[in-house]
Amino acid sequence: MRPPSPSIPEKKFLYDALKQSLRLDGRDMLDLRTPTFTFGPELGWVECAMGKTRVIAQLDAKMVKPLPERPFEGIITIHSEISPMASPDYEPGRPSEEEVTLTRMLDKVLRRSDAIDKESLCILAGQRVWQLRLTVHVLADAGNILDCSCLAGIVAFKHFRKPDVEVIGDEVTVVRIEMILLPKLTFFEQHSPSERAPISLAIHHTPFCVTFAFFPDVLTRPVVDPSLLEQRLSAGLVSIAMNAQREICVLHKAGGVPTAPEEVLRLINIASILVKDLDKRVEARLLEDWEGRKVEVR
Amino acid sequence: MESIVLPGEQVPAQHVNLKLGPGLLQLSSETQQQAKSAPVIATRSGVLNHSVNKSKWWVEGNSRRYVPAPQESVIGVITGRSGEGWRVDIGSAHPASLDGLAFEGATKRNKPSLKVGSLLYARVSLAHKDMEPELECFDAQTHKADGFGELKDGFVLQCSLQMSRLLLDPKHFLLPLLGSRFALEAAVGMNGKVWVSSKETKHTIAIARCIEAVDPDGGGMDETHVKKFLSKLDI
Repeated sequence: MRPPSPSIPEKKFLYDALKQSLRLDGRDMLDLRTPTFTFGPELGWVECAMGKTRVIAQLDAKMVKPLPERPFEGIITIHSEISPMASPDYEPGRPSEEEVTLTRMLDKVLRRSDAIDKESLCILAGQRVWQLRLTVHVLADAGNILDCSCLAGIVAFKHFRKPDVEVIGDEVTVVRIEMILLPKLTFFEQHSPSERAPISLAIHHTPFCVTFAFFPDVLTRPVVDPSLLEQRLSAGLVSIAMNAQREICVLHKAGGVPTAPEEVLRLINIASILVKDLDKRVEARLLEDWEGRKVEVR
Repeated sequence: MESIVLPGEQVPAQHVNLKLGPGLLQLSSETQQQAKSAPVIATRSGVLNHSVNKSKWWVEGNSRRYVPAPQESVIGVITGRSGEGWRVDIGSAHPASLDGLAFEGATKRNKPSLKVGSLLYARVSLAHKDMEPELECFDAQTHKADGFGELKDGFVLQCSLQMSRLLLDPKHFLLPLLGSRFALEAAVGMNGKVWVSSKETKHTIAIARCIEAVDPDGGGMDETHVKKFLSKLDI
């Protein structure tokens, strides 16, 4: 069932508050909710939470035959689903408008931005390549699931390690596929020299997505990382995906209010600052997690 | 003694004048004699409570989904007109219906002017299992408004059902504490919706944030922490 649109008092209160540059959760207009990451026992499993919005991303790899037109490239597929678990607004079955937008944006931000080097996923040209499959599950929707999903996705790519393989003639041997990763575990002594630790993916750059919400009132400045109510009452959304090197990967504005070019440039500048911050936080958190685990090879 | 029950579990509730509260159900039986000893089962999970003389039993739990029960006051949003009345979303599985005449001083000629999207404070007058719930905005005996009716301005926030019950408890610290800081109006619906209003926008935001922080489903903050939290806010 589609929920009814927010009531008149809610609408009025939100617009009034935003006119005074106040947000309902006490944030500044240009404050992100601080994302927190929880890593699972497996590499490539991450739960990203921004306020009450929670998303799980999981990455797994398997060996497949490459596409005939691209024999040197690995394959990356992204699956995303918004189930009624996220919020009663979503129905199972037919993909909703939000789901289509989310799937397309994830595809643009994570896959088509060429963040992951696909050629390094090739094992044996035309014969065997790695297929990476990213699954994104939205657990709870409290606004801005797009940014949270993109963040979870890219962190999953950075967290993942693929097994090392060895090619002798036409034979492909997975040097080790079983990854047992336990926190604070010493290396097993008796591993044969042919067994190696899994290796991280070749990642060119890390794009992050930042969403701004515009409101019908012209004098109200756009807010970043809209909450559910802000998102519902907004007149339009602008999503900017960029990396810490200030390279824009995606700029997405589907309809909504007319916006001056200067305004878009201003948003890009704001986004670049936020993205730098995000990048630092992600790197620090990944390092912290990696220090906390030792890869056991057996 | 606290005992936790799960749905379907049998509850040792027996009394000559047994009264069952939320979350409990007496299984039906065919004859009168059997009816007295028919087993009582829980329909929700939570902590089983009973009154001192064991005549009243109920299950206290926390959930987010509201199941309407008669005489409970709720906050709803009007979603449309239907015939003589309105359809109201109160967060239950089915929309509730509100008769156009169920207001103080309403007649066939003179009905309150409500729009789609208006916020209402109403009482559930009828909540049968297989029917849409019905609401009323007045006391059926006295025909007085009794505080019910349209809620104008202010803000409505969602909380867990347990939080809304806590707020209705006169001994709970939060609303008196907030009331001592600034003037506020509040209406608490049993359906996990709380309407708050105060003169200044930032006060209303502070109230909403405090309620969210105290909600056992969210922060579960206690009194001393809320005081600290309030002093940190710029109000």
